[in-house]
Amino acid sequence: MVMGQAEPAAAYPDPAAVWAALSQVPDPEIPVVSIVDMGMVREVKVDGEGVSVTFTPTFSGCPALHVIRQSIEDAVRGLGVNDVEVKSTLTPPWTTDSILPDARERLREYGIAPPAPAEGSLISLEPEPTSCPRCGSFNVRMTASFGPTLCKRLYVCDACKEPFEGFKSV
Amino acid sequence: MTATTPTLTLTDAQIQALIRKLTALADDEIVLAHRGGEWTGHAPILEEDIALANIAQDELGHAALYLGLRTDLDGSQPDRLAMFRSASEYTNTRLTELPKGDWAVTMVRQFLYDAYEALWLEEAGSSRYAPLAEVAHKALREEKFHLQHTALWVERLALGTEESERRTQTALNELWSHAAQLFQPVAGEEELIAAGIVPDPAALKARWEKLVTAHLQGKCGLTLPRGTFTSDDRGRDHHTEYLAPLLAEMQEVARQHPDAEVW
Repeated sequence: MVMGQAEPAAAYPDPAAVWAALSQVPDPEIPVVSIVDMGMVREVKVDGEGVSVTFTPTFSGCPALHVIRQSIEDAVRGLGVNDVEVKSTLTPPWTTDSILPDARERLREYGIAPPAPAEGSLISLEPEPTSCPRCGSFNVRMTASFGPTLCKRLYVCDACKEPFEGFKSV
Repeated sequence: MTATTPTLTLTDAQIQALIRKLTALADDEIVLAHRGGEWTGHAPILEEDIALANIAQDELGHAALYLGLRTDLDGSQPDRLAMFRSASEYTNTRLTELPKGDWAVTMVRQFLYDAYEALWLEEAGSSRYAPLAEVAHKALREEKFHLQHTALWVERLALGTEESERRTQTALNELWSHAAQLFQPVAGEEELIAAGIVPDPAALKARWEKLVTAHLQGKCGLTLPRGTFTSDDRGRDHHTEYLAPLLAEMQEVARQHPDAEVW
């Protein structure tokens, strides 16, 4: 990131430009979607020449949180803004229902089953139904309830025989 | 943290009690997460290796949330608390510090604990102390996966082979009375309960017993140990001989490099 090469300061950065820049920040663990697609960016505030961005973590123990925070700051600075504040909030808690519809489709194309709707009881001993991202069948088996990242679990489709990752419904 | 709802003003006594409670909650998470992490590279199958590491990572995330709330109250540093307190200063339950044992011990303990944590978080979601309610809402969404996972494992082991059933029953016999300590209040907790800041452990215990009894006895055919389900009088400052070696291992790198900022 080279400072001072941006267009001679739009004295008041445009919130839409900030959102656009943030929508280019990939989720560090699922780069096919951005942090905006994931519903992690909650608020962009432009105050004078300063920009403040509020985001919400997906999982509290997510090791990528520091990376995301830094990426947000870098993306806003890339617009020529020097005064950047990145805040986090837990309210309301992030849920997989926050993922934008278009991003859900991209997850499916990428081979990750998008999450089922998350509403309903949070204390249940049974997992929610999932369909295969390749053939759409619900005839799937969970092979591991935890996966390579905190947000996913592993399945095999008994219809098309393909293994796949599925987003947890949180 | 952007607070959007006005926060209850706590009295000094409530602040001190809440600091103790948040620390106790975090200590349980940290210690159990370490025990879960001990299976990394050693679990019976790769998927379970990953699952336990995931669960441990979530529990550490919850500990960070609790200690973050404590920071708001007294300015303490979560990493200092986790890495530079000794066994006599840790306030985890003895249930969480017992050795990881065999797979049955690990799964039965995690199930008993997850059921408690899920219920505690669910009730803490309506805490009158808004920052705690926020944390509880967040953590509960993660905890449900732990509970589903460990409930299934306990069932699988209990209804599996004669050997797995025997080990699961043995684990339950050993762990059951230790689990009662989860409901032991910290000093001053009564005042927090009366003010609607934390859930009432007595009510929670009744819900917990119902949930775990239905699963362990009803679904898995296990026998609950006889006798009343109560913790002995020793508090959270009393530990088994297993905690100090656990902390020595967990804290070794941090204590050797206390000024390190990037790991």
